Amino acid sequence: MDFLNIHGIHHTYFTKTSSTTALSDVSLEIKEGEFISFLGPSGCGKTTLLSIIAGLLTPTAGEVTLEGNKIEAAGENIGYMLQQDYLFPWKTIEENILLGLKIGDKLDTQKKSYALNLLKEMGLQGVESQYPKQLSGGMRQRVALVRTLATEPKLLLLDEPFSALDYQTKLKLEDLVSETLKSFGKTAILVTHDIGEAIAMSDRVYLFSPSPGKLHKTFDIPKEIREQTPFNARNHEFYPEIFQTVWKELESLEANKH
Amino acid sequence: MKPTNIEELHQRYLSSLKREKKWVRFYQLIIFLVFFIGWEICSRLQWVDPLIFSSPSKVWNLFLIKIQDGTLFIDLGYTLSETVFGFILGTVLGTLLAAILWWSPFLSKVFDPYLVVLNSMPKVALGPILIVAMGPSFTSIVAMGAIISIIITTIVVYTSFREVDPNYVKVLQTFGATRIQIFKEAILPSSFPVIISTLKVNVGLSWVGVIVGEFLVASKGLGYMIIYGFQVFNFTLVMLSLLVIAVFATIMYQLVELLEKKLIKNGS
Repeated sequence: MDFLNIHGIHHTYFTKTSSTTALSDVSLEIKEGEFISFLGPSGCGKTTLLSIIAGLLTPTAGEVTLEGNKIEAAGENIGYMLQQDYLFPWKTIEENILLGLKIGDKLDTQKKSYALNLLKEMGLQGVESQYPKQLSGGMRQRVALVRTLATEPKLLLLDEPFSALDYQTKLKLEDLVSETLKSFGKTAILVTHDIGEAIAMSDRVYLFSPSPGKLHKTFDIPKEIREQTPFNARNHEFYPEIFQTVWKELESLEANKH
Repeated sequence: MKPTNIEELHQRYLSSLKREKKWVRFYQLIIFLVFFIGWEICSRLQWVDPLIFSSPSKVWNLFLIKIQDGTLFIDLGYTLSETVFGFILGTVLGTLLAAILWWSPFLSKVFDPYLVVLNSMPKVALGPILIVAMGPSFTSIVAMGAIISIIITTIVVYTSFREVDPNYVKVLQTFGATRIQIFKEAILPSSFPVIISTLKVNVGLSWVGVIVGEFLVASKGLGYMIIYGFQVFNFTLVMLSLLVIAVFATIMYQLVELLEKKLIKNGS
């Protein structure tokens, strides 16, 4: 049995004047511990699919199962990281990272020390009593990662979490996230429109085509690249070739549109 | 080239700040003195009718008399407690109403036209009805102080509830938060700045409600002092009441600002 099973997902948004189909017949399976990327141009329903997996959105048709259980509501099994950190500015860093535990009424000394320890591992010692405003963008996104991991989710959903950062910070954070997730053996899905990021970080890349969002092609990343950190993967000899292949596919999607 | 006298420049900058502050205080004092001295002189020289405009020295003498016989404290006590109660009631009920509207989008759609009507209506016009319904008492005046601010508080606070960045709500939803938790953790705290600024407006509004209420009930309080002084043509009494109101309304406003500093923490 697969860890995460996405079966026949179809989603349509309704407005007063129109109905827009965002996703059409998407099915895929993910094994435990895999790192997956959803790649595609804007409007291909990547974020919609992520919201459905997170249980924030009920699909018009189809179902998602995690370890055989149907996902119907958001909860502790799934961690979600947004494009920006969205740390609560009126809470201290400590209050921010313990937020998920507090919401789930799971806050005890053991979980608290686990969260604070994570913060330390991310190189953020001594910021507990500071406010988000006092931290840099990269630090804040690391805090957001700690907040997501503090509830020990089985599945991590990353919705373009590096897109608002400057390039250098982004590369460093990619390595950190990749390492952290690997060391915890977490399963993760990354939504991105950055081809390089998708190749460097993932075990497998799903390419989506837009309007309506459909699964267009799947790319398996070779073992040689998977074993590297995202930063080193970009320098691997196989990297340019894969990049070109994915690039051409994306281009052909663009061409079809016109 | 790095300038060598950074320390000195910094000192110069600081002393220029200090100097500016001194001048601001100086001119504030000048305005204060010019107003009261000018008022006194105009009144003494009969440039304005001293019967109508009184004079600072007369107001001060009356102030001392009313402190000695204790009547000022009684009137002030009444008005102040009515205003504080009206202010708190108006703000709390208004925020509560806003919370209910946020809770149920359906209700908010239903109530929308009624809120618009109630907001555009001049609330002090309800005064006579309140007094007849609740009796010419403390309660009806507190009700005046509250009713004048309640609807506008509801509208402003509800708008700010709705404008909270949906991504904060999304963060909480991914943790499986209930609607109450979302309200408590994201909606309410991120609306604190707006609630505080409505508090500031409500301080003024409550005073209006209470003073008008006391005009109508006309038995005690600073508002009564004004209407009584007007009726017996004792404008020294009216002026005294006005100055006392000005002082205490300012104090209430300052207290709200103090609350603002306590409530809004973000490390700045």
